[in-house]
Amino acid sequence: MNKSLIKKITSNQLFIPIMALLLLAVINLIVDPGFFKVTLRTNNDGNPVLSGSLITILDYGSELAILAIGMTLVTAASGGQDISVGATIAIAGSAMLRVLCGTNPRPDAIQAPIIVAFLVACLVGMLCGAFNGALVSIFKIQPMIATLILFTAGRPIAAWINFNRLPIVPDPKFKYFGGFIPGIPIPTTVFIMLLCVLVIALVLKFTNLGLYTQAVGINEKSARLNGINPTFVKFLAFVILGLCVAVAALIKVSRIATINYNVIAKDIEMDAILAVALGGNALSGGKFNMWASVLGAYVIQALTTTLYKFHISSDALAAYKAVVVILLVFFSAPKVREYVGDFFKKMKAKKKTAQLVAVGDSAAEVISGENEEVEEDN
Amino acid sequence: MENTRLLEMRGIEKYFPGVKALQKVDFSLNSGEIHALMGENGAGKSTLIKVLTGVYGKDAGVIRLDGKEVQIHSPQDAQRLGISTVYQEITLCPNLTVAENMYIGRGNGAITNWKKMNESADRILKRMDIPARATQQLASCSIAVQQMVAIARAVDMECKVLILDEPTSSLDEQEVEKLFGLMRDLKELGVGIIFVTHFLDQVYEVCDKITVLRDGQLVGEYEIKDLPRVKLVAKMLGKEMDDLSDIKGETESYSGEDADEEVFEASKLVSNAGIKPFDFHIRKGEVNGFTGLLGSGRSECVRAIFGADRVLGGKVKMHGKPVKIKGPKQAMKNGIAYLPEDRKIDGIVGDLSVRENIILALQVMKGFFKPFTKAQAYAFADEYIKKLNIKTASADTPVKSLSGGNQQKVILARWLLMHPEYLILDEPTRGIDVGTKIDIQKLVLELASEGMSITFISSETDEMLRTCSRLVVMRDRKVVGELSGDDLTQSMIMSTIAGGE
Amino acid sequence: MDKSKMKGGLFSKVSDTNLLFSITVTIFILMYASAVIFQGGGFRKPQTLFNILSSNAALIITALGLSIVMISGGIDISVGGVVALVTMSCAVYLDYCPGANIWVSMLIAVGIGLAFGIVQGFLVAYFDIQPFIVTLAGMFFARGMTTIVHTKPFNVENEAFRKLKDTRIVIPGAGSYNKHNIYQPAKIEIGVVVALVLVVVLFLVLRYTKLGRSFYAVGGNKQSALMLGINVRRTKFLSHVICGLLAGIAGYVYFLNVGSGSAAHATGMEMNAIASSIIGGTLLTGGVGNIVGTLFGVLSLCTIQNMVASAGLGDAWWTGITIAAMLCIFLLIQSIVIRQKKRALRV
Repeated sequence: MNKSLIKKITSNQLFIPIMALLLLAVINLIVDPGFFKVTLRTNNDGNPVLSGSLITILDYGSELAILAIGMTLVTAASGGQDISVGATIAIAGSAMLRVLCGTNPRPDAIQAPIIVAFLVACLVGMLCGAFNGALVSIFKIQPMIATLILFTAGRPIAAWINFNRLPIVPDPKFKYFGGFIPGIPIPTTVFIMLLCVLVIALVLKFTNLGLYTQAVGINEKSARLNGINPTFVKFLAFVILGLCVAVAALIKVSRIATINYNVIAKDIEMDAILAVALGGNALSGGKFNMWASVLGAYVIQALTTTLYKFHISSDALAAYKAVVVILLVFFSAPKVREYVGDFFKKMKAKKKTAQLVAVGDSAAEVISGENEEVEEDN
Repeated sequence: MENTRLLEMRGIEKYFPGVKALQKVDFSLNSGEIHALMGENGAGKSTLIKVLTGVYGKDAGVIRLDGKEVQIHSPQDAQRLGISTVYQEITLCPNLTVAENMYIGRGNGAITNWKKMNESADRILKRMDIPARATQQLASCSIAVQQMVAIARAVDMECKVLILDEPTSSLDEQEVEKLFGLMRDLKELGVGIIFVTHFLDQVYEVCDKITVLRDGQLVGEYEIKDLPRVKLVAKMLGKEMDDLSDIKGETESYSGEDADEEVFEASKLVSNAGIKPFDFHIRKGEVNGFTGLLGSGRSECVRAIFGADRVLGGKVKMHGKPVKIKGPKQAMKNGIAYLPEDRKIDGIVGDLSVRENIILALQVMKGFFKPFTKAQAYAFADEYIKKLNIKTASADTPVKSLSGGNQQKVILARWLLMHPEYLILDEPTRGIDVGTKIDIQKLVLELASEGMSITFISSETDEMLRTCSRLVVMRDRKVVGELSGDDLTQSMIMSTIAGGE
Repeated sequence: MDKSKMKGGLFSKVSDTNLLFSITVTIFILMYASAVIFQGGGFRKPQTLFNILSSNAALIITALGLSIVMISGGIDISVGGVVALVTMSCAVYLDYCPGANIWVSMLIAVGIGLAFGIVQGFLVAYFDIQPFIVTLAGMFFARGMTTIVHTKPFNVENEAFRKLKDTRIVIPGAGSYNKHNIYQPAKIEIGVVVALVLVVVLFLVLRYTKLGRSFYAVGGNKQSALMLGINVRRTKFLSHVICGLLAGIAGYVYFLNVGSGSAAHATGMEMNAIASSIIGGTLLTGGVGNIVGTLFGVLSLCTIQNMVASAGLGDAWWTGITIAAMLCIFLLIQSIVIRQKKRALRV
């Protein structure tokens, strides 16, 4: 009874991300309990805002979570990942600035309503997604390679949209999306994330997106013979990711009210992919759990924030992150679990044989022989 | 010729999570013997063979080769010990040349001598009469030729034990004969051959002994002369079988007043899969079938009807009204269902649950924006799990963990749930156990008696004779005849397939 | 059977590898010819080609490694990071360790590369973790370690090293006359020799050794390769080890070319290497590719970059866009050609 319960818990997809989150929490608790302190302070604009590491995790984790939503769908449908999200964030952000500021990089007032700029960004994001999606679904190019094109070209295109100038948005309202709305001490990104999660939850509930995506990801041929159009499903996944990218771009650009083509959302694709993987979703596609990915995004951000806490420079951060990631992926790999499981089984068997010496020599031989094998493997 | 004990497997056990795949199985093989390994799907034949070839490790038991105990941890070990294998699926590399596929992974030389390799490969291909060149890329050969190349490789390895795991499923009759000739030659040379197949005829044609497995356990080892067919089937099923000859008599044919209505008509239908344009029609409540050798185009015909391949031309009518069927979805909308030939590749969606697999087609019909509620989906699934007697732990079990026969039933359930007017079954009985085969044939007749039109395709002619009232005969990718009534006999089919001249 | 053979025609006779290789070489020749015709000047001198080779020797070597990994059906995106780590480690060793020896620095480079290859290969091959994730972490790790080894970029002052760095090899007969009609001999850097030797060696390895053919078999169909008696895990492991080793060597060649250590070195090199490999006719799905093709892939990539630069589109973004456009075109060509071939075979 007890064992099956433990098995049920450990085999749940949310187990790994939750454990990772708890582990990070414990480490922080031991090293510096201040990590959990949340204070109310007044920011530069004179608004009361919450601050502290937890708030940072919520704030920056949210933009990652939004990307993880789209990335999960792309991964599930195509069995590959989109590595161009950072670059397309630059494109969508740049397009947004172009609409807001016009041709003058230092306008006195915004040239178009923010909503129009955002819609244009959405359109641009979806176009980029459509480009990737077309390459993957129609031309059957592997996703990683297809998106390598925009990965390489994205930032140059973003720079080209604004003639390599760095426009600054004059409207203080524009800063609300990546910062705080006056009077509300919680970062706006959290609300944007909640909205996105709500939308995708409704979509998953009231459409067959989940079933179609998984069917295509698991067995494309079979899905086609059941009347599903795999080309369109894959294409759609990329377009949805494009939409997520546009939302992330709004947040990213809003944070600084301008853009830095080479730095904006740098390496974010890696974090988004890791969020999906940490959520226990197979990177080779097929079945997925959206909420595990979203949680995975916050785990990644918690890790980043924790590492910053240890005064690790942002450049060196990557090395530590890599070690943690490898450990996480390593211990969640089915093969490793199998080895570990085998090892425990053999340990038990060994104990038993030690007790029952009467058992024939040959059996003991077999068991010890297999034990050697396990040790070798480990 | 003296037959010595070549291979001995004793007390072999193999566990998978939650399943005892093999329990205390014994198997022995003499030199110069062709030994059939029989059993239903899920009986443990493949597992036993994979243990012997080192693909799986065994959990207990001993393997002795020539009286010496051996440890086989990988396919390389097996090869080194003189055990070579031909699998049902092509296990060659499509991107390499024919010659490379025959020689890679063999021998100890670290350097490839292309010239020598190609020459000897060409020699073997010629000797075995295989229509391929050594330097040709394997992917450019037909499936049957690829299978022959795999056999050539296995034979050329000068093995002591040759395992043939359903190698004949993609071969036509001539090629099967060629293979049997080869097997007999090898037998003369003292090679022990383990032969796995679903075709009983083939067993009785070439084998000396039969070992029967059931549910992962050994049923027994028999001399071929001591075990007539009926007994063999009984051993495989674990029960005495009532006569399976005439199930057609048991069910009445459909007799509604619209019994003569043409449900589906096609004229000059042609797809991009390389078939000649063909005409076809089916009445309400009729069971008909396409017959012909493998590769004669029978699957391609029904795929064209369903729009599974790209339709290039032809006119299609449903109930006398012209309709357009450009793809599976339009076919489904017109009430056509298609159970594809290859269950694993075209049928199941492995990681999804039994429930999701069952509702898939109906769900797609219902529309992207109208998902079934969980309760509805469970109700549908449970209904058909019961109706078709699908053996699964629950409706949430991933379909890939079911046995072949049960997977087939799941796909059948998927299409029945749609309540189609016209159901196409392409090899529904391939690679599944005898019990399920009969279940499916009975079901076909039952459905037809209720007014469903069904096209039934099977490699086993007697199955088709038992179920169909009209057969379309195909040869070389075109329709060459149509048989019905008294013409429906084995010999008529054979002579029509063979051609008049 | 006979009919299908006839209709398959020419397409079915050429293997995938040879087909993609011929496309690559043809396009490279056309491109270089058009560069010579339309832009003339620089491109007419062999020295331009040699310069391209000299400044891209490291890219050639990493692309070779990637080709091998990709032929085996894997991917390695850590190579750029490894190159940066090698430059920094060697630079720190040469300038901060008394009595530093350039031979030891070479050993360091090779050692770092091998270490990455072995660890990554082990995780991928024996624990079935996706190569993309493993080498992604490897890339993070290498870049991070580079800044941990030393934060600021700096030029190496070690004399023995500078001497080695400035060594040039003269190619007889390929020189040209400059404006003042003075003969200038054509020169290449040592790295080019290393790269070309590696091309030849690896070509032979892939074509004639059991290991080389195993790479193709494993990339073509893992399951089949296993059944054919190939040690799939070891083959995958070795493909990553070789790629790591080549990344280490490439790191040193890069180091010789720039003479400094920096965390910013070789940024995006993995992407250029993957792009070159694809342009050179390697299929990312594995099983198809050619070492000489990869060499042409790098040359094509660099030629177009040079063409863009000499066409006056000096702005930084044009380089990125042209590489991407070229990658896009090649991917589409590959996709269409393979599809046509499949179609031709089916009928």
